[in-house]
Amino acid sequence: MKILLVFATLVAAACGEQLFVGDQVLRITASNEEQITLLRALGEQAELQVDFWLDPTSPGHPADLRVPFPSLQAVKIFLESNSISYSIMIEDVQELVDEEKRAMMKSRRIERSTRTFDFASYHTIDEIYDWMDMLVDDHPSLVSKIQIGQSYENRPLYVLKFSTGGSNRPAIWLDTGIHSREWITQATGVWTANKIAEEYGQDPSITAILDSMDIFFEIVTNPDGYAFTHSSNRMWRKTRSINAGSHCVGVDPNRNWDAGFGGAGSSGNPCSETYRGPYPHSESEVKAIVDFIRGHGNVKSVISIHSYSQMLLFPYGYKTAPAPNHQELNELAKKAVSDLAAVYGTKYTYGSTADTIYLADGTTIDWAYDNGVKYSFTFELRDTGRYGFLLPSTQIIPTATETWPALLDIMSHVLEHPY
Amino acid sequence: DIDGVGPKYHLELVLEDIVDEDSTVNCTAEVLYHLGNKNIAPDVQFTIEGELKNADEADNIFYSRIKSLENELVAENIPDSHGHVSPEMEPIRLLAWVASGYVMWQNSTENTKFQFAQIKHVKQVKRSDEYLEFDYMILLHEMVSQEIIPWQMTVLWHPQHGVQVTQDSRQPKHA
Repeated sequence: MKILLVFATLVAAACGEQLFVGDQVLRITASNEEQITLLRALGEQAELQVDFWLDPTSPGHPADLRVPFPSLQAVKIFLESNSISYSIMIEDVQELVDEEKRAMMKSRRIERSTRTFDFASYHTIDEIYDWMDMLVDDHPSLVSKIQIGQSYENRPLYVLKFSTGGSNRPAIWLDTGIHSREWITQATGVWTANKIAEEYGQDPSITAILDSMDIFFEIVTNPDGYAFTHSSNRMWRKTRSINAGSHCVGVDPNRNWDAGFGGAGSSGNPCSETYRGPYPHSESEVKAIVDFIRGHGNVKSVISIHSYSQMLLFPYGYKTAPAPNHQELNELAKKAVSDLAAVYGTKYTYGSTADTIYLADGTTIDWAYDNGVKYSFTFELRDTGRYGFLLPSTQIIPTATETWPALLDIMSHVLEHPY
Repeated sequence: DIDGVGPKYHLELVLEDIVDEDSTVNCTAEVLYHLGNKNIAPDVQFTIEGELKNADEADNIFYSRIKSLENELVAENIPDSHGHVSPEMEPIRLLAWVASGYVMWQNSTENTKFQFAQIKHVKQVKRSDEYLEFDYMILLHEMVSQEIIPWQMTVLWHPQHGVQVTQDSRQPKHA
């Protein structure tokens, strides 16, 4: 027993942790003032190293005294020879400390398993916002959360910032969920943000990217719309802003940007799904991004993620004339799409928005492109119509998994082609 | 372009069995849009090279199951918000999808692209004859306008006699 104690003490000293093996806590009840005086004197004896958890105050009131193991015999003899009554409240303090430690670890384990996020299901906005905080907690030196504004209904617009340092490094902007019914996009956003955090330091591509650049990721870009798809109408696309003079609600946030605003590729009717809004950037959700990117001043790529159709698009959507670096964007899209297909065979088409899908004006990537962001892309994720917006949750992880190499291709190209 | 009528498209396509993705058959088709009268469905002529896979067994199982139900089948939101379809409802979804193809054809122009989005509501209508009848309220997604269009359709089906849409009407949009 004594050898164990010595060993434990040595280990404790090495660990810098104080041990209380064999220490006891005695509950002492003094019956008169003289005994109170004696107890106080006991506390003053330095070599005994006793410490009162409850000080001796007056007769009849208990005093609790922790007595280190080596001093136990001496203290008990003192108390007994002075007829001071006592009882053993805690037989072994260390045992109690160990038990408490065990209980704390157990509760942390349970907490961690409730922190295990199910990437294979669709989540509510609250669940996603809570998860964001967990991600920041888990990767504090890489990830932070910033608020860039508020939605029409005053929900916070959160952006996750991935950065390994520097000051206003060249940056990549990613957004999902601008059209709220495209649920596969927010779900892919969550998986991808997690992937970025996990793979930094492991995957050479993302590591190289984050060593020189920052990533800004807005996962719930249209929170009012997203909440509405949960509470009322699963097929809601637009924002939830009230339109003056109309009973119809909402503006298409991907027709509200100041790039070719007001053309044939959008509608002037508030009841339309492609309603452009009363003027460019009328929507706070759009304005917040505009202000952020303008204010940042060093964003080199904007990747906006939508569904469905399985396409990778680049500017322009508001005109058929090719973008100045059409060739380069086309080659990059071709590579990204090929690497995506290599994962599960999912086929994407690619090209400019106008050539590949339809004329659309006032779009995110056209605005970014016309404001100097050379590498601007729109993804249209799975599928091609079998389930459409109602993509089974079993396809979340496969979709995110196959999209990852395509995103890396684009981000790596941006890294390797500074401007 | 066919003078006086409208644009004609020649298509070569591959048909793929929904249930067995490896089972495919080549198809050629000619589609003629009537520019003058948008209320006429486009003309479609087609040739299938080979045979479509036989689905008699699955058809008969489904037919017997519905025929033997005591109460009329009623269901809603297929697939649900999370994209799930219960196995029992899968044939109901497929039937709606096929029937909606007719509705889409009848309402297509050169500038529309319809997709089947969801069954909002389906109710079986019991019949005294051998046919199964379902009254569907479905949502179509029109991709150019991005509109979600509710559509009511009455669908008749029999394993040997195929699908018929006996009545359909476009519904006013959700507010």
